[in-house]
Amino acid sequence: MGFTPFIFPFAELEVGQHLYWQLGNIRIHGQVFLTSWLLIGALLTLVVVGTKKMERDPKGVQNLLEFLWDYIRDLARTQIGEKVYRDWMPFIGTLFLFIFVSNWGGALVPWRLIRLPSGELGAPTADINTTVALALLVSLSYFYAGLSNKGLRYFEYYVHPTPIMLPFKIVEDFTKPLSLSFRLFGNILADELVVAVLVFLVPLVLPVPVMFLGLFTSAIQALIFATLAAYYIGEAVEEHH
Amino acid sequence: MTSLLLFGASEGGLFDFDATLPLMAVQVVLLTFILNALFFKPVGRVVEEREDYVISSLAEAKKKLSQVEQLESDLKNQLKEARQAAQSVINEAEADSENLYKEALALATTEANASREEARREIDSQRQSALNQLKSDAEKLGDLIVERLLASK
Repeated sequence: MGFTPFIFPFAELEVGQHLYWQLGNIRIHGQVFLTSWLLIGALLTLVVVGTKKMERDPKGVQNLLEFLWDYIRDLARTQIGEKVYRDWMPFIGTLFLFIFVSNWGGALVPWRLIRLPSGELGAPTADINTTVALALLVSLSYFYAGLSNKGLRYFEYYVHPTPIMLPFKIVEDFTKPLSLSFRLFGNILADELVVAVLVFLVPLVLPVPVMFLGLFTSAIQALIFATLAAYYIGEAVEEHH
Repeated sequence: MTSLLLFGASEGGLFDFDATLPLMAVQVVLLTFILNALFFKPVGRVVEEREDYVISSLAEAKKKLSQVEQLESDLKNQLKEARQAAQSVINEAEADSENLYKEALALATTEANASREEARREIDSQRQSALNQLKSDAEKLGDLIVERLLASK
């Protein structure tokens, strides 16, 4: 299943090539897990180092972690609302941190120095499997949030202003994960491709501003994904009167 | 990395869905629980403890400030009363000294008047007596002159 339109100029870029691992009957994309483990390892190291000795007057890494915590709390609180944001803050925060670390890790770490038999290491979020997994988790979360908070009254949401909304709201349940996953996937993959093509064509200077733009896009995409996830959960637990 | 780990065939494409998807979902859920235990709970506890500390310190400071304001207004009242008391003492003293002065003045004036009156009376009486003496001396002298003139004749 080669991706034919890109074959000629991208011959060296190996788009859509994967490092397959065979686990019994199933196959997985090894490069995605390798980079995600490395990046999750880095994230957990940072967290463990920063929370080892916490004080009332924060020092060093604790400052950074508290800033992140505060940022995520504000995000969750504004989108989900005062009542239940505490339950969902770890999930929203994990989405944000995981996507952010994946995007920036993919852009900042010179993965190309590590040669694989097939495929190449890169941002885990540039693989459609990862983004769809995240988007489906968001879908499950908002259904769970709505049902656990309001029981079957959750389905009032589908006919909320008028029953005419019913088909649109049902379609929304499919478009939400679709748009979430493709937005992230498309942005990160496009960023990697643009940088790769520029490096391929003009190896000096020119790719640098595009790389900075890529870092900006990566951060924004993490924020957008987390904000939308929180918004969907907030929409599901909101009380209509 | 062992070659066993990196073993793989190269086929696929951009939209190649396989078991990566559910495994990644499981991995993210696990990461959520791990981060909740390692990051969100401990940092949240520290941040919220600090927020409580700041709020309680602020409330305490406000209470102390109101106490200070209360004390300040008390002291101001006391100061005002003390000033009024001092002013009234000063006024009283001034009135007293004024009265004393007036009394002393009146006493001195009457004394002076009395002694002047007495002196005048004394002068009058002495002048009267002097006049009488003079008159009698003049009469005596007249008589004497008359006798001498008559005798010599």
